[in-house]
Amino acid sequence: MRPPLDSPSPRVYPAAAMNDAPLRRTSLYAEHVALGGRIVAFAGWELPIQYTGIVDEHTAVRTAAGMFDVSHMGELRLRGEYSEHVVDYLVTNDARKLVDGQAMYTCVCNERGTILDDVIVYRRTEDDWLIVCNSSNREKISAHFAHAAKDHCDFEDQSDETALLAVQGPRAMDVLARLGDDGAKLGELKPFHFRDAVLGGVASTAARTGYTGEDGVEIFCAWDDAPALWRALLEAGRPLGLKPAGLGARDTLRLEARLSLYGNDIDETTNPIEAGLGWVVKVEKGDFIGRAALMEIKARPLPRKLVGLEVTGRGVARHGYPLRDVDGTEVGVCTSGSPAPTVGKNIGLGYLPSAMTEVGTRLLVDCRGKNIEAVVAKTPFYKRAK
Amino acid sequence: MSELPADRRYTSDHEWARGSGPEVTVGITAFAVEQLGDITLVNLDVKAGDSIEVGKPFGTIESVKTLSDLFAPLSGKIVKVNADLGTKPELVNEDCYGKAWMIVVAAAQPASIDALMDAKAYGEYLKTAAH
Repeated sequence: MRPPLDSPSPRVYPAAAMNDAPLRRTSLYAEHVALGGRIVAFAGWELPIQYTGIVDEHTAVRTAAGMFDVSHMGELRLRGEYSEHVVDYLVTNDARKLVDGQAMYTCVCNERGTILDDVIVYRRTEDDWLIVCNSSNREKISAHFAHAAKDHCDFEDQSDETALLAVQGPRAMDVLARLGDDGAKLGELKPFHFRDAVLGGVASTAARTGYTGEDGVEIFCAWDDAPALWRALLEAGRPLGLKPAGLGARDTLRLEARLSLYGNDIDETTNPIEAGLGWVVKVEKGDFIGRAALMEIKARPLPRKLVGLEVTGRGVARHGYPLRDVDGTEVGVCTSGSPAPTVGKNIGLGYLPSAMTEVGTRLLVDCRGKNIEAVVAKTPFYKRAK
Repeated sequence: MSELPADRRYTSDHEWARGSGPEVTVGITAFAVEQLGDITLVNLDVKAGDSIEVGKPFGTIESVKTLSDLFAPLSGKIVKVNADLGTKPELVNEDCYGKAWMIVVAAAQPASIDALMDAKAYGEYLKTAAH
């Protein structure tokens, strides 16, 4: 057995081939190693792909709780009188609808209406904004926001000073509650709201957000404080079933919940409308970068759409595999795919011609030369019970 | 890393081959299994009577994380394939040196197994090449 050269998991090893820059480590690197994490290169970082096993960690997040180190993500801060205008002009969703302490998911598009990144925008106050971007896009998005902020508001890339941990799962808020009053109060946070909290003695900001389809929080703290917070959470959470979880489980969890992965499902060749992210495009909000192009796209029938796939034959759809109609003609491409531990099926996402996007439509996935049967499936594949 | 069985030979692609006569049983090593993680599908693309060639794939193995080819450690004719793996891929995680054998090959050249690494050499190889 030998991993094929054209590795079917670019999400696992994407940056290794992209440049020769030395790999970076988060402040939790030693924790990962001590916990038996298997370290891989991911978007220029050395991060654990798994500790005990992807399925085990995935299941912990679905049934109890899991904790992820996502310190590699980028954090950009915009402050000043016009910061709201700058942020709102760069994102497709309506930043002006946010209140203090509220966050939203959005795309950042270029003038062509294709996706530069998908980010979360946090409004601390009217003149203090935080943007969390994908690590693989940090330089691009940092430059994009810095350019727009020039002469209008202060811009600071705080990625190097900011650590980020995600605690996710049905017991996540119980884990936080074990860290004292501030932790317990986080249970009052509504989805996509955030507040400052002292957790395990560490000054933090916790947001009721995540990338797993479960309840939970993502917690920001100072880079060097992350190990203390990590250990406090692990200690508080272990009796409740909390496990450290790696990039592998993060990917299977997000795929079951149909959350897009930049670089796989969306990129600068895809637009939010065809990617099923039209709900974060608010053309009526006023001008923003990409608005004209997105209005054009919305005015016409979509040539293709990103849909869910369920592989019914013996195979696993993987990123980059061609999708064919039942006659064998190539009609699209799989953008993400893997066995889904909770759903118990082999699932994926892919772009297909709009005429083939109805749930139940039969197609073939070209698994390295073998055409394996699949159908268009309803998404999300997994939705938690409320 | 668990003990490497001394009763068989190993390839640099992490297959094992066991047999003293012309019939050689083939599987993958615990190192391979550990790298793959949770195995969900084993597709053996050969049947009894097929010829296989050393270094060429005879099937694929899928884990939650990734897909890998399975490479023939020697040339010969397939005698039998382990049909259990089709429905019970988890056997590979549970018992890669035993119940999860993959194919039995009638070696074209009985001596070809001797060209592979013994347990000691493979153990050294894992230390130097794999980490």
